[in-house]
Amino acid sequence: MSIDIETARKVAHLARIAVPEAKLAALAGELSGILSFMEQLNEVDVTGIEPMTSVTPMRLKRRADLVTDGNIQASILKNAPDAREGFFAVPKVVE
Amino acid sequence: MLDHLAFRDPEAKVIHGATGPWELVIGLEVHAQVASNAKLFSGASTLFGAEPNSNVAFVDAAMPGMLPVINEFCVAQAVRTGLGLKAEINLRSAFDRKNYFYPDLPQGYQISQLYHPIVGEGEIFVDMGPGVARRVRVERIHLEQDAGKSIHDMDPNMSFVDLNRTGVALMEIVSRPDIRGPEEAAAYVAKLRQILRYLGTCDGNMQNGSLRADVNVSVCRPGDYERYQATQDFSHLGTRCEIKNMNSMRFIQQAIEYEARRQIALLEDGGKVVQETRLYDPDKGETRSMRSKEEAHDYRYFPCPDLLPLEIEQAWVDGIAATMPELPDAKVARFVRDWGLSEYDAAVLTAEAENAAFFEAVATRRDGKMAANWVINELFGRLNKQGLGIAASPISAAQLGGVLDLISSGEISGKMAKDLFEIVWTTGGDPAAIAAERGMKQVTDSGEIEKVVDAMIAANPAQVEKARANPKLAGWFTGQVLKATGGKANPATVTALVTQKLGL
Repeated sequence: MSIDIETARKVAHLARIAVPEAKLAALAGELSGILSFMEQLNEVDVTGIEPMTSVTPMRLKRRADLVTDGNIQASILKNAPDAREGFFAVPKVVE
Repeated sequence: MLDHLAFRDPEAKVIHGATGPWELVIGLEVHAQVASNAKLFSGASTLFGAEPNSNVAFVDAAMPGMLPVINEFCVAQAVRTGLGLKAEINLRSAFDRKNYFYPDLPQGYQISQLYHPIVGEGEIFVDMGPGVARRVRVERIHLEQDAGKSIHDMDPNMSFVDLNRTGVALMEIVSRPDIRGPEEAAAYVAKLRQILRYLGTCDGNMQNGSLRADVNVSVCRPGDYERYQATQDFSHLGTRCEIKNMNSMRFIQQAIEYEARRQIALLEDGGKVVQETRLYDPDKGETRSMRSKEEAHDYRYFPCPDLLPLEIEQAWVDGIAATMPELPDAKVARFVRDWGLSEYDAAVLTAEAENAAFFEAVATRRDGKMAANWVINELFGRLNKQGLGIAASPISAAQLGGVLDLISSGEISGKMAKDLFEIVWTTGGDPAAIAAERGMKQVTDSGEIEKVVDAMIAANPAQVEKARANPKLAGWFTGQVLKATGGKANPATVTALVTQKLGL
């Protein structure tokens, strides 16, 4: 599968990564290269084999329904570029 | 035992356009907040109304290196809900990432269950009045995280973000397009809400956002829907639009009505319905396109690498099944059968599990119909008037039962019982003791009443003449006798005696 410039632009936008127009062609080429490399895996016949989700036979860890965390407003907001009255403040987003 | 009463389907709503009749096809996705103490993947509290960003753990804020650990109780709640909707429980489900960008979603993705939901096909019977119901198929229920809350009106240039709701467990309950009108859609949400409240898996508080619905609406010509049902082929149906995030039954109805008429007008003008997401504006009473969300529809789902598949055991599911309460349909059927109630009264009494329990406490060892009348007309009427729930009722089931016992034994009349109810409501106390203390006792001895009637006739010869000329005026005597006996005489006995004595 090859990635064209249009797809590269769209993927960059969806991931909110700024890619200058001049670099899109190179990026598309790199992404295509990565995908072609991965496509080698298609040579293996995996018919009837369940996808592996873990390398060791583990059961999903569970937690009890107890409040054990939170009340750390200052820590949560510490790295925010802008926080006011306990909220994160971000440039206006209106639907 | 019957799970629900016999019913027939309601009529599908028809809208008459310029080119003929149209029908509606509606499907709902309801987001129900799981009733739990802690969030789906973190130990932060789910409590509503806390100081902003105080119910937030580093996991919820998506700090680097934090890993989600699932809350087993939330899984149990989803299973319980599935069992309540008679749905299949998937012993193996898995979590996926739904990727989109928004300031109140710090992870940049929502953990959801697109490919392998925990609950499969179920059903809900939507009541549209006695003997009328629609069986709506539930396609699936999956567990997912809620997003945070953005507030846009606190500052002209900034939006404020509160992550308290971020990561709270939601059940997304997806129906098949089996709903055929705005009223049915609202009734579907009401019934689902009732079942969730019976199960204790969601508090159903729509105002606080614990229950929100996305509504899919399309229109078609009569006959098309039946063709779809026969084949399950969607090409028989019209193109649908999705109205997002509705948290009021009234708005759901209004939005569907508006949206159906908008689509019909569009089609009749030779246009086409474009599949899109729309928002309902309750102030203007119209839906409008959310064009900005179009690109965000590319969610790039993939299995969440942080979470192993969720595997549960049949024995664990059976353990949950063993603790299921009696659900509304079964309760209504039982009330009709065992207490001899009308389906309407049974439905009123079972709206909330607590109301039904109160009624049964009153009705036990008493007359079911009489208990139902008193609970519905006097008690619920009085509670509604004061905006109280059953838990805050000043009259207990035992006290109301005491009033009923005095009526049944003939000690007090219906009129006296209402007065007694009022006294017990205001001051409390034992009804029998209050009745004795206040001399509330109906005179049933007809000899005693007869004396009063005779005296009244003897004292009012003019009225006697009038009543003989016009029997309708005999009521005057009944009134006078009741007054003279201080309301203690049984009105039916008095009327009979007056009629007899006047020779009417």
